[in-house]
Amino acid sequence: MSQETITRIQGGSFLIKEVSLEDVFTPEDFTEEHRMIAETAEQFVANEVVPRIEELEAKKEGLNEELLRKAAEIGLLGAGVPQAYGGEGLDQISSTILAEKTGRYGSFATTFGAHTGIGTLPIVYFGREQQKSKYLPKLASGEWIAAYALTEAESGSDALNARTKAALSPDGQHYLLNGTKMFITNAAFAHVFITFAKVDGEKFTAFVVERDFPGVSVGPEEHKMGIRGSSTRTLILENARVPAENVLGEVGNGHKIAFNVLNFGRFKLGASVVAGVRYVTNEAIRYAQGRRQFGKPIIEFGAIQHKLAEMAIQILCAESMVYRTVGLIDAAMCSIDKTSPQAAVETLKALEDYVVECSVIKVANSEILDFVVDEALQIYGGYGYSEDYPVERCYRDARINRIFEGTNEINRLLITGQLLKRAMKGQLGLIAASQRLLAESLSFPAPAEDNGSLLSVERRLVASAKKMFLLASGVAVQKYRDKMAEQQEVLSLLSDLVIGVYAMESLLLRVLKGVGRDGPARWGLQAKAAEVFIHSQLTALEDKTRQILAATSEGDELRTHLAALRRFAKAMPVDVIRRRQEIAQKLNEAGKYCLS
Amino acid sequence: MQILVCLKQVPDKDSRYKIDSAGTGIDEEDLVFETNESDQYALEEGLRLREKFGGEVVLLSLGGERVLKSIKNGLAMGADRALHLTGSEFQGSDASVVASAIRRAMATEAFDLVLTGVQSDDLGFGQTGTILAELLGWVHATIVVEIDIQPETRTVRVKRELESNLFEQVEIPLPAVLAIQSGINQPRYATLKGIMQAKKKEIKTLTPAILGMQPGDLGSTGSRVDHRRLFFPEKRKQTVMIEGEPEEAAKRLVEKLRKEARVL
Repeated sequence: MSQETITRIQGGSFLIKEVSLEDVFTPEDFTEEHRMIAETAEQFVANEVVPRIEELEAKKEGLNEELLRKAAEIGLLGAGVPQAYGGEGLDQISSTILAEKTGRYGSFATTFGAHTGIGTLPIVYFGREQQKSKYLPKLASGEWIAAYALTEAESGSDALNARTKAALSPDGQHYLLNGTKMFITNAAFAHVFITFAKVDGEKFTAFVVERDFPGVSVGPEEHKMGIRGSSTRTLILENARVPAENVLGEVGNGHKIAFNVLNFGRFKLGASVVAGVRYVTNEAIRYAQGRRQFGKPIIEFGAIQHKLAEMAIQILCAESMVYRTVGLIDAAMCSIDKTSPQAAVETLKALEDYVVECSVIKVANSEILDFVVDEALQIYGGYGYSEDYPVERCYRDARINRIFEGTNEINRLLITGQLLKRAMKGQLGLIAASQRLLAESLSFPAPAEDNGSLLSVERRLVASAKKMFLLASGVAVQKYRDKMAEQQEVLSLLSDLVIGVYAMESLLLRVLKGVGRDGPARWGLQAKAAEVFIHSQLTALEDKTRQILAATSEGDELRTHLAALRRFAKAMPVDVIRRRQEIAQKLNEAGKYCLS
Repeated sequence: MQILVCLKQVPDKDSRYKIDSAGTGIDEEDLVFETNESDQYALEEGLRLREKFGGEVVLLSLGGERVLKSIKNGLAMGADRALHLTGSEFQGSDASVVASAIRRAMATEAFDLVLTGVQSDDLGFGQTGTILAELLGWVHATIVVEIDIQPETRTVRVKRELESNLFEQVEIPLPAVLAIQSGINQPRYATLKGIMQAKKKEIKTLTPAILGMQPGDLGSTGSRVDHRRLFFPEKRKQTVMIEGEPEEAAKRLVEKLRKEARVL
């Protein structure tokens, strides 16, 4: 089921290389099996989870476990678990589809994601044979539920600064763990916690801790702003006796597990919010069709049409980024021989390679979700503020996504930090590309002509956005050199450029691939969406580039850079207002999101 | 027990329909298709009978490439194999043409039971199963809400839903054609295992030529039903003022509600 024809593309290389359309995976490339998996997951959520939202919100005891077990019956918990351990052993694309399609209701998405993703995958990827055969069949069948416990009261983003300690017993049989982990999803009912502690106070190490081990307990439920249907508690380890064989990976290597699993968890989070975005947009469209003011449905008013069109464009974009990325990950994973003793190390490398893309998706899609719930609530007006309509809950549920699995601020630092680190090590040709661009910007080359073909201007604009990043990062690195890591504002702005490039390009490539396959008629509306998105993004990215340039250069140098920037950003504006109206009209006709 | 389950693909119920340029059908562009609702209950019923009595559940669907989606979904739910009746000549066929094609497709098989949905959600004729039974010379029952197979006597006791909360119990001999009412069971999900196994299952393509049907027997030429015009229900709004004394006016109102509006 994996797409063997797609070549392995280096993570982060999208900033300096053109991508060929055949190497871009899109939802239109789903196989028949992918499509059916999507349908099954959607039906499951609609039939089993949605009718019980009220009970889940009221924290009905046992209900989350019941739903997870039902999900297990149809195989939803075992997609990422190899067949040898009772799972389905499906490709990364299928797991991503499951993450997306189970995401409609934030609380269940969180419960499901914590179990199947960050709770189960550490054992899949880093477990020893005996750990896999002990835990995975139970986790795939839903007999046991998993949780991931990294955060502590004093160490959130700074995860390696954990206080929890592990000491080996004199006979070498057990570790005694002491510490408290905070905000642990699924803690109320999880049987297995993937947790982290410092052996001898320094070697950061991952452990598989069972709930029934002596000294393990959980605290009371947190009273949260949103995702109230999920369980969040502390995990308390008081001289918790953990068998020495429950060390996951190597002693002292916990950070690799923590960060790589989180990395993939971030990606899955980005995938799962897409269903929420789609759901809220559909609700808003229906509401806008039914709500009449001044004698007509409010969907006929331009101000509302603007919002709905933007929401729809963002969905198309979010989806395009998610599936493009999983295509990259899947292609890399496919080349790994799962039976080789090096499989775990190779998997690690593959996941690490796409850390930038995973963080981009996490930041972009959690912010798209926030944008969409906010606009949806606004469309509902006063009714949106009332608990009687689901949009109120969606608004609260959305907010956590910018915080957990690494705050968006940490992720932004990570995006640029990783790229620059690779550039410095010579793994990614960013520096050479920047230097070429800086030289080019001094020589005032004539701007490229647009050949008038479909989206040719937008193709050039995406290339321009990449140049903006290269220009800004090149100038910033020249100025700050080894002090770059301290420039958080500049790093964050640079990562906004990276996110912008990835979003614009993913949407563009998806539309171009679609047009190539089905012809322009079928993709007309999506092409308009791409035009609106790319033109408005470019203006925003130009502003951010200007901010970076002003902070990193001055005088004639700054003037030269700004002139180059103006050349990159030069484009005749398209009528985005009319395009949004056309998109909104189609949404009105369909009565739901209809761009994909 | 060999069971044939007939699936029809129909436009998704939430679709917005547009009448085609000929004014006799629905414009299929932009439509999303799904398996007819009552057919899904028929399939679930078939799968349950197979679990109880063994044998095979074979799917049958007629239509172009797109009906493969319904077939594959059915295979993923657990059906054993499928017959795909396809060919552009089928375009515009009515229930009688479809039923004779099904009968021909059954010729090399030995089915004990044919299950269909009670009616299709698009055209709503509810005739295909009945005509098929007639062509086969089998007994049939419609609007079936319960099936109780008696293997020793080779009969089936069925409960049929009549109007006004009335039910009918009948016992009929096998082989038989049963048209299944919606909502009588809980159709299962296609499991991830089922989905992955589905691609290995056989889908036999049967064209009119293979079925031995002539172009004149097919499509609108072979059909007995002629679609003249398709239109949305016309909205008529008429206000009638009833004059006179309240007592008299009320009497006339009641009469109108009874005889004209027929709501009382």
